Amino acid sequence: MSSPVPHWQHPEFRRGARDMVGIALGIGAWGLVTGMAMVKSGLGLPLSLMMSMLVFAGSAQLAALPLMAAGAPIWVVWATAICVNLRFVIFSAGWRPYFGHLPRRQRLVLSYFTADLNYVCFMRRFPEPRPEEGQLPYFWGGVAVNWTAWHVLSITGIFLADVIPSQWGLGFAGVLALLGLTGSLLSDKATWVAAVVAGCASVAAYAMPLKLNIVIAIAAAVAVGVMMDHAKQALAGRTFGGAP
Amino acid sequence: MTTWEAALTIAGLALITVLTRGFFLIPEREVPIPVWLREALRYAPLAALVAVVVPEIVLTQGQLIHTWQDARLFAALTGGLWFWWQRGILGTILSGTAVMLALRIGLGW
Repeated sequence: MSSPVPHWQHPEFRRGARDMVGIALGIGAWGLVTGMAMVKSGLGLPLSLMMSMLVFAGSAQLAALPLMAAGAPIWVVWATAICVNLRFVIFSAGWRPYFGHLPRRQRLVLSYFTADLNYVCFMRRFPEPRPEEGQLPYFWGGVAVNWTAWHVLSITGIFLADVIPSQWGLGFAGVLALLGLTGSLLSDKATWVAAVVAGCASVAAYAMPLKLNIVIAIAAAVAVGVMMDHAKQALAGRTFGGAP
Repeated sequence: MTTWEAALTIAGLALITVLTRGFFLIPEREVPIPVWLREALRYAPLAALVAVVVPEIVLTQGQLIHTWQDARLFAALTGGLWFWWQRGILGTILSGTAVMLALRIGLGW
């Protein structure tokens, strides 16, 4: 699958970049919010820059911030980030048919850069799950735009946050971003019920030490959601079996 | 959290980025996805987000807020309604933040 020309000179690189430019505004806004939220949560300039440059996962960063600010134990912060990132675990199974044949070192590097929108764009461009010429240049073209938009605006946010008074409550923009992301995951009755259970459980168990309310809320919501799925399947099976 | 603890937390978060994004891509052999995991995966990300977001909106210092004059409530409501109609995260952030700024700066809530 090695291309005769470097990735960045390949026509698919430009196409990957162009497909990503259209949605870079959304990525940028998200980065700006994350940057500001990091400083506003009291993380300080050096740590905010470190988090922005290293973690490169907006929703996990935003979810981790209130916990870090509240002094939650490190493992709770990590567990929360893993849960927020679980969608990437699913996506990674989707990447396997395209990149599974590459050397492991390269797969590790690719893994780090596969954000949500890269997945969406790539699967739209290459719907057939098999390796093809031009996939890697297309991938890197999208990453170049995504990565740049994210970091430029995230760092802009970090520096803007020092200028803007915290009394204005702009850190709340991070919560609003998470709210929007939550909305995009609500699809049917079961997901709504799971969300209500998670919200109530998280508030009700808030007095628990170690920020365990997050873990309890996740366990409760997953249990309710999976039970609803099973009940629905059982009901459908009975109706089907009972038909004359 | 001390500076070193925060730095360690951040380093761990970076590792989590790689490990979750490459979970089924990094192993040499193809790994089958167990059914129970597939089922739980449908709800876990949603649950984690809601569990973090809701206390940030309705609690102050660990107590339920006892006044409706809280800018966060109206900002979240505005953002939520915007998402309901327009399905855009950017608009959710902008509309909610606009209400936040109006109430905080305008009314001094």
